[in-house]
Amino acid sequence: MTRTGPVAMAFHACVTVFMLAPLVIVCLVAFTPENTLSIPWGTYSLRWFRAVFEHSDLMHSFWNSLGVATVAATLSVALAVPAGIAIARYEFRGRQALNGLLLSPLIVPHLVLGVAMLRLFALVGARGSTTWLALAHVVIVTPYALRLTVAALAGLDRSAEQAALSLGASHLTVFRRITLPLMLPGITGGWMLAFINSFDEVTMSIFVTSPQTVTLPVRMYMIATESIDPMMAAVSALMVAVTAAAMIVLDRLYGLDKVLVGQH
Amino acid sequence: MSAATNTSSRWTPYALSLPALALFALMVLLPLALTALLSIQQYDAEKGVQGGYTLASYALVLGDSYYYEIFFRTGWVAALVTLICVLVGAPEAYILSRMGKPWRSIFLLVVLAPLLVSVVVRAFGWSLLLGPNGVVNQVFGALGIGVVKMLYTPTAVVVALVHVMLPFMVIPVWTSLQKLDPMVESAALSLQASQWTVMRRIVLPQITPGLLSGSLIVFGLSASALVIPGLLGGRRLKMVATVIYDEYLQELNWPLGAAIALALLVVNLVVMLTYNAVLEGGYARRMGRS
Repeated sequence: MTRTGPVAMAFHACVTVFMLAPLVIVCLVAFTPENTLSIPWGTYSLRWFRAVFEHSDLMHSFWNSLGVATVAATLSVALAVPAGIAIARYEFRGRQALNGLLLSPLIVPHLVLGVAMLRLFALVGARGSTTWLALAHVVIVTPYALRLTVAALAGLDRSAEQAALSLGASHLTVFRRITLPLMLPGITGGWMLAFINSFDEVTMSIFVTSPQTVTLPVRMYMIATESIDPMMAAVSALMVAVTAAAMIVLDRLYGLDKVLVGQH
Repeated sequence: MSAATNTSSRWTPYALSLPALALFALMVLLPLALTALLSIQQYDAEKGVQGGYTLASYALVLGDSYYYEIFFRTGWVAALVTLICVLVGAPEAYILSRMGKPWRSIFLLVVLAPLLVSVVVRAFGWSLLLGPNGVVNQVFGALGIGVVKMLYTPTAVVVALVHVMLPFMVIPVWTSLQKLDPMVESAALSLQASQWTVMRRIVLPQITPGLLSGSLIVFGLSASALVIPGLLGGRRLKMVATVIYDEYLQELNWPLGAAIALALLVVNLVVMLTYNAVLEGGYARRMGRS
């Protein structure tokens, strides 16, 4: 049945190389012993990784990003689970509008959200506040948590819930003992996806961070616009590694292809 | 629905969604309204934002050929990226869908996983590849082409944007291909249809909705991309996003930045809505006729 010809295979090989090339190159250059951006041939060095760990601004931004992403992912799941239950299980006026609003950060450019939130932050004096930055990230990542919650509820067999109700269990018990455990893979998948997206977010964060709250991707953007040295490659390689680790966990928990294809 | 018997259940969905709704009202709706207001506020180069209201920022954007040029450049870059993503993403999704069992999911991940890596890292990777001493120029040198300046030109921006956007095209096309029964293709082939006819009459109509939604997402995201043009376009190659960045964080003319940002949002929404209406209308008509 599979009739993939040589032309198609060559095309596919080109696309694969194209998709992987920029990630592979940063991981290679990160191990260079030289002072220039060169691919190491034969000799490898960890000096640029050491430079990263000794760079106090970068490390500060890294811990800040980690904290913001953890808080944002947790809060977005806490908001998206009840909202997802409302959207998936109830018919009510404004259901479509609510769904559209909660998914809007996927359609409204992050750039526009960034300048809009900058205006709000300037008016309420929130610039420099990590709490407000985390709230901004909650907005950006809630669509991912919401979609996985709704998908988890849609694929859920309701006969177990109905059986429990007919046997006299209360609504709360049914939710706690049956619905929530069945939703758990979707919720954890949503948390991971929200975490990765918050950790990687740069376009909106450029506008709403201030020197004390700069996140890692924003710090990298600021460094890269001024000068590029192999240390940038080392940070990038570390970020690829963190993302790859998160992807493996996500794959074990939920199935990566489901998350990625469902992401659309 | 069991909850429907409960008298209080009419308010349950509202109570459940209230926290999310409150956050989005505070962090999305209110800031957008404030930005719309900001865009019509008076601005003075020395004193900053003033109390009065004026359409001066919009007049400046609409009356200056400098901004026309930037909007035009952003438009063609986004359109070119969309076109390349269609030409590359659709065949790739089709090839992936025809692959055997283990390879299909492996290569699907290879194509889609870069989506999860920060765009700053990917932009940096492309600056390494496309620089004057980069791998691509070394290959060109070995082939006797010579050094081609790509970094800080539209070429680098388009190449890197295609890399970032391709997953957004592959995903919807892949999803619509999943609904295509391979037996239909086999049936057509066994009835002497050519490979070309099968593509045109069976596969293409099936993936058209996926191509449409993929194109909308790719166009919208490309037109508002900031990091790729910021890092690979250099200081002189201005796009709408980098101009907004400059007005907000360097010139500090926030009303002008707000006006351009809203213009970008409106143009984006209009392109999406008309494209959707025109092409989906045409698609529905064609499907209805055949």
